[in-house]
Amino acid sequence: MTTQNPSDRKYDRPPQGGRGGGGPRATMRLVEKPKDFKGAMNKLLKYLKPYWFLLLVSVIFSVASTVFNILSPKQMGLITTELYVGMTQKNGLIDFNYIGRIILILLLLYIGYTLFHVIQGLISNTVSQKIGYEMRKSMADKCNRLPLSYFDTNLHGDILSRLTNDIDTITMTLNQSLSQITTTVTQILGVFIMMLLISPLMTAVAVLILPLSSVFVAVLVKKSQKFFKAQQENLGNLNGHVEEMFSGHLVLKVFNGEERSVDKFRTFNDKLFESSRKSQFLSGLMFPVTGFIGDIGYVAICVLGGYLVLSNSIQVGDIQAFIRYVRQFNNPLRQTAGIANTLQSTAAAAERVFEFLEEAEEIPDPENAYNISDFKGNVSFKNVFFGYDKNVSIIKDFTVDVKAGQKIAIVGPTGAGKTTLVNLLMRFYDVDSGSISIDGVDIRDMKRSDLRNLFGMVLQDTWLFNGTLRENIAYPDSDADFEDIQKAATLACAEHFILSGGDGYDMIINEEASNISSGQKQLITIARTIMADNPMLILDEATSNVDTRTEILIQKAMDNLMLNRTSFIIAHRLSTIKNADVIIVIDDGRIVEKGNHKELLAKQGFYHKLYYSQFDRVAANSIVS
Amino acid sequence: MGKILRFLKNDWWKIALILALTFAQSMANLYLPAYMSEIVNIGIPTGDTLFILKTGGIMLAVALSGIICQIIARYTSANVSAKFSADLRDAVFTKVECFSLSEFDKFSTASLITRCTNDVSHVQRFFDIILRMAITAPMMSIGGIIMAVRYGQGLSWILVIASIAIVAVMSLNFVFTVPKFNQMQANIDRLNLTAREGLSGIRVIRAFNAQKTQDSKFNDANVTLTKLHLVIGRIMSVLQPLTIFIMNITTVVALWLGASLVAKSSIQVGDLMAFIQYIMQILFSFQMLSMMFIIFPRAMVSVKRINEVLDTQPGIRDPSESDRKSPESTGTIEFRDVTFTYPGALEPALNNISFTAKPDQMTAIIGSTGSGKTTLANLIPRLYDVTKGTVYVDGVDVRQFSTHDLRSRIGYVPQKSMMFSGNIESNISFGRDISHEEVVRSANIAQASDFINETENGFKHSIAQGGVNISGGQKQRLSIARALADSPKIYIFDDSFSSLDFQTESNLKNALAEKTLNSTVILITQRVSTIMNADQIIVLDAGKVVGMGKHNDLLKTCKVYYEIASSQLTKEELV
Repeated sequence: MTTQNPSDRKYDRPPQGGRGGGGPRATMRLVEKPKDFKGAMNKLLKYLKPYWFLLLVSVIFSVASTVFNILSPKQMGLITTELYVGMTQKNGLIDFNYIGRIILILLLLYIGYTLFHVIQGLISNTVSQKIGYEMRKSMADKCNRLPLSYFDTNLHGDILSRLTNDIDTITMTLNQSLSQITTTVTQILGVFIMMLLISPLMTAVAVLILPLSSVFVAVLVKKSQKFFKAQQENLGNLNGHVEEMFSGHLVLKVFNGEERSVDKFRTFNDKLFESSRKSQFLSGLMFPVTGFIGDIGYVAICVLGGYLVLSNSIQVGDIQAFIRYVRQFNNPLRQTAGIANTLQSTAAAAERVFEFLEEAEEIPDPENAYNISDFKGNVSFKNVFFGYDKNVSIIKDFTVDVKAGQKIAIVGPTGAGKTTLVNLLMRFYDVDSGSISIDGVDIRDMKRSDLRNLFGMVLQDTWLFNGTLRENIAYPDSDADFEDIQKAATLACAEHFILSGGDGYDMIINEEASNISSGQKQLITIARTIMADNPMLILDEATSNVDTRTEILIQKAMDNLMLNRTSFIIAHRLSTIKNADVIIVIDDGRIVEKGNHKELLAKQGFYHKLYYSQFDRVAANSIVS
Repeated sequence: MGKILRFLKNDWWKIALILALTFAQSMANLYLPAYMSEIVNIGIPTGDTLFILKTGGIMLAVALSGIICQIIARYTSANVSAKFSADLRDAVFTKVECFSLSEFDKFSTASLITRCTNDVSHVQRFFDIILRMAITAPMMSIGGIIMAVRYGQGLSWILVIASIAIVAVMSLNFVFTVPKFNQMQANIDRLNLTAREGLSGIRVIRAFNAQKTQDSKFNDANVTLTKLHLVIGRIMSVLQPLTIFIMNITTVVALWLGASLVAKSSIQVGDLMAFIQYIMQILFSFQMLSMMFIIFPRAMVSVKRINEVLDTQPGIRDPSESDRKSPESTGTIEFRDVTFTYPGALEPALNNISFTAKPDQMTAIIGSTGSGKTTLANLIPRLYDVTKGTVYVDGVDVRQFSTHDLRSRIGYVPQKSMMFSGNIESNISFGRDISHEEVVRSANIAQASDFINETENGFKHSIAQGGVNISGGQKQRLSIARALADSPKIYIFDDSFSSLDFQTESNLKNALAEKTLNSTVILITQRVSTIMNADQIIVLDAGKVVGMGKHNDLLKTCKVYYEIASSQLTKEELV
């Protein structure tokens, strides 16, 4: 009963994962590559332009804090040297004034480092979050300007993932990686200079060991990438199977499919085990191996340093300082691989965001839009052609004149183009050729909002939002009086079920809108349309989810509503449209018949066939015998 | 957590091995500064180049044995953690496959999917981090403290103060950011929800010109989220440098105080250098440990959600072998005083229902939405257990069958056609061994052959997950073919013709009539025209039987039936 939800909402679910759990493995995950790295980065830079000053300040501060950081080990080494020299060569005579001075310098260096570090962090945090906000905002604004075809042809999950994950990636990079890049560059340069100043020979040794470690890391990354890919794929297969089996649990149970499903699951799980074992081991090697190479460097420096102290080319404190420098030198180098990956995935994220922001927009409303002042309600379609794909017409040469106040029913088999006509009438899509006009005004000469204000619409696809019933009914006018809301609900036959629930009008519709039945949802959408009180109506399968008894009740409300309003009704159940003024029968995008119920039945044509096939006694009999 | 650890059952010795190896590796790492101190204390003052080289050699050997230990540890831990998550995943999945629909209702399908996928992944990642870091970090701190006390002697108290300061900063971090992180997660969900609503309701929003309302909702969420990001960012940008500052100050203090100790000759210069390096190592390990505190609560949430699944006993279980019955399949179904209440519901969904459906007959069930039709159908294959009364199939209480046996007697077409990734044939024969000929025959009856033959690969035409690449009507026909494929004695059609056009429906009904000869047919519908000639019509209203009989009688005797019929039929047809 309630096991059906997830599969049809599959693409509407928020994107998952991607957060947390970075750690040392982050650099070894699969990296997404942008199609055009330079192009994406250029666009991103352009976007950052208004913030150039703050970003520059942040860069300067991070450079400054790094410089302070680099200067400190040398100072510390001076103390050690003074201690060592004092103890071994000056018979315990240590110049505490000198040490005190250096301690003071060290304190200042550390305070400076911390201060600049904090300020830099605060600035880049503010800037990046501001940019994140702006990006989300411009994406939301963009949504309003995109034609409906974009949303019909693109997965909602994909758009959402751009809005959340991709923008997150970008802000994260701006917040951390930007300062990381400047820090890294400064640190490598600065430390290199400091090391050279201490001992070119030791520097040479340290630098020689480095490529060793980077080569190792590169080989590991490359090797493990294969297994990570396999792991990702196996996990995808496995999760896909889980999702599918759980969504189809009812069928699985009824057809005894458990065993096979578990078997299939185990095959996927075994594969996943193998690939994750391997990828985890290989990525786990990264630390020990680089650590070991670091240790070799450490040993080499201790030995070489000891030797150099003996030959008086360096001081004891220099060994200590050098050990620190090598660590400071190693870390950023290890990070560069990570930064390269971060930049890649940021570019890929930026590319997707900008791609969305650059999508072709709706044709803007005309400048001197025509607003119908003396509204009557005549609607005419003139030689309308339309297709979602420009090469395949769904609506072909459609011509109809609807007089004010008429009730028009559109019937026809599935796929005949009924809903497409609604899309055209509301200008969700524009006609390919021909024209639609209201009281003689081409709807393309009107503002979209003015046009849509003329129509109240109830669709088969009931859409309610996470909020109270009251808010949902009052959607067209959030300041509406409670009395009006109640009146609308009563007219829509929704009052009974609203009041029988514990919270009445304050009942909250949950996120999936799954806590009320589809029939009840439809009643609420009808009440909402009653609230809007527009001069014309479109009912597209408006009562398809409501049982026939309730439908009769609603029908009365609808009849009231449709009185004197031009109305378009699309219905599956032909019994509901018998009293329409004009019934238009369409098939394959063309009008095949037109007339009222009686005339059409008398014709013994397409409508006759349609109408009687739903009361097909012969067929109903035959299943029994 | 404890419960989940039982999946390590046979791997305890491996974990012990990892612990031992990690300890060895930590000690190896910790001994390096000690040897450096010897070079400074002994090698350099005496000018003994050989000693320095020898010590260097020892250092290399120590480092090498360290890395060997670590590699073995990593290999073992990769095996252990991959095995652990595979077993855990397997346990969750097989458990859920045993669940009846009540458990699915209780958890919701979406939640079960997340528990079996994301939550397991979270736990796996957490476990992985524990094996890599959480073991190393405490060992490094303990070993570091031992070494530091040994070399630092009178300076060890500095370590105590520094540790307290670091822990204090971390707790501050913990106290301030964790609740903010939770808030942020909630706000990300909020933003997502608003955006998702805006996308799924785009037609309605535009029709009502409500873009502004939607925009302001989104903007509210956006502003709150940005503010939270800013606050967290600020806390982080202060606290992180502060930790580093504490470490730096600690070294400065150690140097200053150490200097006077050196002057008094109570400590050697090399030892002071080693001491400072140990301090660094300990404080770094502390920082690593603090990461655990951030991921631990997160992982615990997932562990709890997984345990909930593992601890749930499926409500429907097979009877023991000795109590099991397997009568000959005739197709008779009997409901005797059946009442069913959904768990937690106040009102029963079905109330005191009794009827018998016989072979060669069509029993139709009609009633408005929510009257309990589908619930009734679900009781026959024992998808739920009755609250009171008994359902008999072939004369035996359904609770005395093995569910496998019971369900293989029934061809069930659910209200919503469910397709699985694979091809057309695998969907029709789903769950069973069905010959190709039988699949083709069933497809023929279900009026699916035409469209199947039109596809490129016929019965091997691939079906995407959820059947998104075929139409609703096609799905419905495949779903019917699936039920026909085993030629069972009982058929249940739950509103199964709704997506078919009229012509197809009537063709299908004609073909079905032959196939279902000698079988019991239960047909659930809202359409009177479909069932006017049923042998028996059961009219349900709010979970109660309000009428039972044939069409013509019910029109006269049952008010509800008359109302339903009059809403669908013309006046002439009502007579």
